Amino acid sequence: MFRYYLKLGMLSIRKNPVLSALMVAAIAIGIGACMTMVTIHYVMSGDPIPQKSKQLFYVQLDSWDPNEAADEPDEPPDQVTYLDATALLEAGKARRQVVSYRSGRIIQPPGAEARPFDVDVRSTSADFFAMFDVPFLYGSGWDHTADAQQEQVVVINRDTNDRLFGGENSVGNRITMNGDTYRVAGVIDEWLPTPKFYDVTTGAFNDPEAVFMPFSVSIAKEMPGHGNTNCWKPIPDGGWESFLNSECVWMQFWVELHGDNEQRDYLAFLDSYVNSQKELGRFARPLNNRISDVMRYLEAEEIVDDSVRIMLVLAILFLVVCLLNTIGLLLAKVMRRSGDISLRRALGAPRGAIFTQYIVEAGLIGFTGGLFGLLLTWFGLQGIRGLYADLQFVDKLAQLDWLMVLAAIALAILSALGASLYPTWRACGIHPASQLKTL
Amino acid sequence: MLCMNDLSKVYRTDSVETHALREFSLQVDEGEFVSVTGPSGSGKTTFLNIAGLLEEFSSGSYTLDGRDVAGLDDRERSKLRNEKIGFIFQNFNLIPELNVFDNVDVPLRYRGFRAAERKQRIERVLDVVGLASRRQHLPSQLSGGQQQRVAIARALAGEPRFLLADEPTGNLDSQMASSVMDLLCDINDKGTTIIMVTHEPMLAERAQRNIYVRDGCVSHGEAGVALASAVAG
Repeated sequence: MFRYYLKLGMLSIRKNPVLSALMVAAIAIGIGACMTMVTIHYVMSGDPIPQKSKQLFYVQLDSWDPNEAADEPDEPPDQVTYLDATALLEAGKARRQVVSYRSGRIIQPPGAEARPFDVDVRSTSADFFAMFDVPFLYGSGWDHTADAQQEQVVVINRDTNDRLFGGENSVGNRITMNGDTYRVAGVIDEWLPTPKFYDVTTGAFNDPEAVFMPFSVSIAKEMPGHGNTNCWKPIPDGGWESFLNSECVWMQFWVELHGDNEQRDYLAFLDSYVNSQKELGRFARPLNNRISDVMRYLEAEEIVDDSVRIMLVLAILFLVVCLLNTIGLLLAKVMRRSGDISLRRALGAPRGAIFTQYIVEAGLIGFTGGLFGLLLTWFGLQGIRGLYADLQFVDKLAQLDWLMVLAAIALAILSALGASLYPTWRACGIHPASQLKTL
Repeated sequence: MLCMNDLSKVYRTDSVETHALREFSLQVDEGEFVSVTGPSGSGKTTFLNIAGLLEEFSSGSYTLDGRDVAGLDDRERSKLRNEKIGFIFQNFNLIPELNVFDNVDVPLRYRGFRAAERKQRIERVLDVVGLASRRQHLPSQLSGGQQQRVAIARALAGEPRFLLADEPTGNLDSQMASSVMDLLCDINDKGTTIIMVTHEPMLAERAQRNIYVRDGCVSHGEAGVALASAVAG
């Protein structure tokens, strides 16, 4: 019978093209507006590393000003000092630990004619690649020995490899940055964690860096951070050593922990570390150490902007308004077809059959509205791209994946079914004798 | 086959109580062709609606093919209507966007027959009404008489126990009306029970028995007189 109801639905749409087009348009516009915002919200609030997000923890230590919290009401700073990062890295109490910060270099391509270009550099430690499941096209990351011995190795991304080596396997080749030569250890394949969870302080939706190099090397070369640096205490002099030994926070520290026990043990270790630092006159504030898994960390960092949430709510309300219009249109359509309903009832259709027929027709309208809604969503996202073309991350936000496409169709069908409940209920209530010929 | 005893139907509003049928008793036997006549407002519509299970009655009893229909729920009434009763309406009531084949198919769909059986039945009844060659036509492409033949085919397709015809020739010219009546008589001759409401005394005469309804009751004594005077007039 489903195919029969589909056929009736299509005939009905063809019979009332204007009314049907209005319903499809109402649903399409509502879905288009709603899905545009849902897509942006979905991309912003998605889990960038779902297979491990509950095992990766961002570390925060409250090394801040004793007289004022880093952030109200009593939040620790969102990055750590060089002193603490190196101490935690050396302690090695977690399965894996990673320190990192963003910097920058200028690459001198081989050949006298080639023009140098600047790149973002992620200065980090060996565990970075395994910990964050970074996919490799060629080679791999470096090992702990390279960290310890300050080996001049790099991992480059695919674009940089294409630019410098024409996409060939460049492992073992050399690149020159700021006059120093580095050996290529690996080439990263396409990798776009969204949001860029491992360092949201430099733009949660920016692309990963082009070059990754050992933290120990970048510190030795006095490579400054290109992200946020916050200090609550003046630095005694402007030198690099003073800066490293200061209370300025400018690095991110991540650990990989499996299970509650490891988390508990690591927190205990942090407390113990901070207590030992207190004895040295640091960490004047009460103990306030945090480890947050990926999603909690992103939530705490408020990656999804409030304005996006408000827009999402408004878009949903707009969809509701469109659906209210659809209810009115469906009701008009049902009332116009009361003769058909009466006849079918007289010929033996129970109420359930009429209900199913009109629900299927509404589903068909919803499906059609969903297809057009997808088109409008695509236009909406293009509009957002155009509006915010100057923002680097907008391309990443404004894209539809298959899940969103299916969600749009499903939402359209469900919306249409929801909107059709009252008109369909009215259709079922039409008395079979009422519209047939009276004597 | 159809037995109504002391049936009454009362329509109530806040201030008015209208007795559409009162102590209405009627028995129709298998194979009969019964015409129902009476003035407008006499209760013929209500009788037809109740007989066709389109409306419920207020009191009395109604047995259809041995089954008491009082208290049946919507699904049971629909099933009974689909299986036992064929409707023929004055204005044909064909679905304009469906072709002849699909119009005849409507009651069969609700019966749950498989496609092959539906096709076989539809072809057979279209043959009976002489429209086998018009199966792909839309109602708008047919004359009034042909449309009524499609409606008769639709009523016959489910092989009902009886046909309820509501002014089946009311919208037809005399030639077409005569042709449709001939068809109904043929169908009755083959054993299908027919109850036909009509205002036309000439048509009523062609039935085996006439029921005259007045003020919601069967007025047995007046039936012949009414018919005779109408014919004479």
